[in-house]
Amino acid sequence: MLAAAYPGILSPFRGQPKGFRLARLTKSLRACGLVCSLTLACVVASAAPPQSVTVAVLSMAADARYAPRQLERAYPDHPGGRVGDAARMAVEDASLELQESGVVLKLKDLALADAQALPKVLAELKGARVQHIVADLPPAMLTALVRAAPAALGGAMVINVSADSDALRNEACSAALLHTTPSRQMYTDALAQYLAARNWRKLLLLQGPLPQDQLQGAAMVLSAKRYGLKILQTKPFKLSGDPRERDLFNTRLLTNEREHDVVAVMDSHGEFARTLPYATQWPRPVMGGNGLMAMAWHPQWERNGGPQVSRRFQKLAKRPMQSQDWAAWMAVKAIAAGLAENPKADLGQQLKQLRAGAVMVDGNKGPGLTFRAWDGQLRQPIMLGHGDGVVGLAPLDGILHPTEVMDTLGTDQKESKCKLQ
Amino acid sequence: MLNFLNKIKPIFLSKPRRAAGQMLTLLALAASAAVAQAAPANRLYVSSEKDNKIYVFDTQGQRLSAIDVCQRPRDMRFTADNAKIYVCCGDSNTLGLVDVETGKMTEQLPLDQSPEMFDLSADGKTVFVTIEDDSILGAYSLETRKKLFEIKVGGEPEGVLVMPDGKHAYVTSEEANVVHYIDLGTKKIVKNIRAGKRPRRFVLAADGKELWVSNELSASVSIISTEDQAVKHTVKFQIKGMRTNDITPVGMALSADGKSVWVGLGKANHVAQIDTATREVRNTVLVGKRAWGLTLHPDGKTLYVANGMSDDMTMVDAVAGKAIRTVPVGRVPHSILVQP
Repeated sequence: MLAAAYPGILSPFRGQPKGFRLARLTKSLRACGLVCSLTLACVVASAAPPQSVTVAVLSMAADARYAPRQLERAYPDHPGGRVGDAARMAVEDASLELQESGVVLKLKDLALADAQALPKVLAELKGARVQHIVADLPPAMLTALVRAAPAALGGAMVINVSADSDALRNEACSAALLHTTPSRQMYTDALAQYLAARNWRKLLLLQGPLPQDQLQGAAMVLSAKRYGLKILQTKPFKLSGDPRERDLFNTRLLTNEREHDVVAVMDSHGEFARTLPYATQWPRPVMGGNGLMAMAWHPQWERNGGPQVSRRFQKLAKRPMQSQDWAAWMAVKAIAAGLAENPKADLGQQLKQLRAGAVMVDGNKGPGLTFRAWDGQLRQPIMLGHGDGVVGLAPLDGILHPTEVMDTLGTDQKESKCKLQ
Repeated sequence: MLNFLNKIKPIFLSKPRRAAGQMLTLLALAASAAVAQAAPANRLYVSSEKDNKIYVFDTQGQRLSAIDVCQRPRDMRFTADNAKIYVCCGDSNTLGLVDVETGKMTEQLPLDQSPEMFDLSADGKTVFVTIEDDSILGAYSLETRKKLFEIKVGGEPEGVLVMPDGKHAYVTSEEANVVHYIDLGTKKIVKNIRAGKRPRRFVLAADGKELWVSNELSASVSIISTEDQAVKHTVKFQIKGMRTNDITPVGMALSADGKSVWVGLGKANHVAQIDTATREVRNTVLVGKRAWGLTLHPDGKTLYVANGMSDDMTMVDAVAGKAIRTVPVGRVPHSILVQP
């Protein structure tokens, strides 16, 4: 019936006997057999020799997050392993598109023993003509790298895939530094949007003692203010068993006020937060360090081709894909997208194009993603979920912004303290 | 061992939408073989990804029945006589064959991991399937039920279209952002065509001279010349009050008269009608959430739209460019077939 729509296109085989076509097909099939899993390299011949670009994945050799016992605890959304696998996946994903542009992307995995090792590592990178660095480093180390790398390497692009420090996007920003991992403020804004959308407006804030916890708390306070949430009370918690300070660790004592709608726990470490859901005095949901969490990626994300991405990663890394893996995957994808767009661009131009939002990257979270000009942060939707799945995606429906709704998450242009703009 | 062909005469494997040229011979053969049962008229078939069913409606949108099929049914096609439906099942990794008369799935052809969209060879004996997990275009014989070969393509392949002469095929790679132009004889990629970001599906227009490809993340459709494989035009979509990021084109349908292409704009919850001559957007119509699967009634009067996120189907008056009504169809509707 639909054939009526294609009168013209039928003509090419109208005259050919069916037997001829079949014979031809069978013959070629026999010749080829099942071994036609051709490598792409031999499929498309390109005239000029490919331009080789090496991306370094830089991490700390001794990183407490990757200690075997720490990984075994598997706190929700904590890294499940190092970022090399995700970077490798991105190289595989991008290879075909890059091949079209005459570029071959390679990876170089390097681990720093300590801060003193930086000059030596930079010299090694210089020797390998590396200018693109995917950094899985703590903020201080990252700052040192960003300060030294451009001069040492004759220009550098550093993409932060694990530090959520807002300072790195504000006061300590740098022209050479981009971020694919969301900032802490983006995470707390996402949570606040979700609570506002649910009208769960009264919070009990349980504050952890670590510097990271304090920064999380400060971000949460700002997000609460932005979205009209009320923090009824802030109580410190402490990991302890000492009966003399039980009001600091007993989950029922900590949560015995009646008025709050939700318990927000600022716990970057995860051990205390794990003890909190279903252990509060009153039936109140827990969010932040456990319970409802804001994440860059969830292995159960089932929209926008998410299952394919998570499955590819699981196959390659033998573990579920997590937020940090997504950020590392995106970092290499962003480098690749820039090169595919303009293979002849030098590093300065590549950085400029990425920062100008001229290069779009697909993160399988819905929209195409670009970097913010003012702080080099990849704007992106944030998933709101729990250990088992995703219940929401920020920006939430109904949240508005004059130009780009994803910029309601994190530091917007007008608030930015980054002096580069 | 099940045998596909015991139940289906080879002639019924012919590609339906290209079979007009052979129709006379086919009809004669069919009559003599006396196997052709008239397919029930006035029917719609909608695959539901999460219910593992094909829902049956009349063309006015009245629900009639449901057919249990394989897991996560997605793309569908009729056999040449419209008596059977091929349905591609992404979770059971099979191609199901559904008898529309009895409303039963009778056969399953094993495919590879996570098949998504498919097309048939010109002779209708081979099915070409995009295999998401392995990033391949797989070719499977409908006669021997064996895998014939595979061609490695870019990540997350989706749309596949075999040219009417059977010599070439096009495949989109969502991850690599290219359209592969493949020589089915040498089984090699001849050219990788860069269209927009996250290219998804195809429609062959202008009597086979133009290949239209939807670019999900570029809010556009690229028009590729099938003669020189170059992008010769790009149609950008705009919806008043929406940002480009909210417009995610995926499914497309060509009108029977060839004068317009309808495009589902995904997250924008609209469908757009493009004039194939001027390449201008003539009309946009508000439908349901995540409008992807589009099918036109051959009479050109009604467009059926599967709304993947609102679990319903919108019927659009394709002439007036107005939505008529929306009916529930079950969880995550994917594709729609029309039997007039």
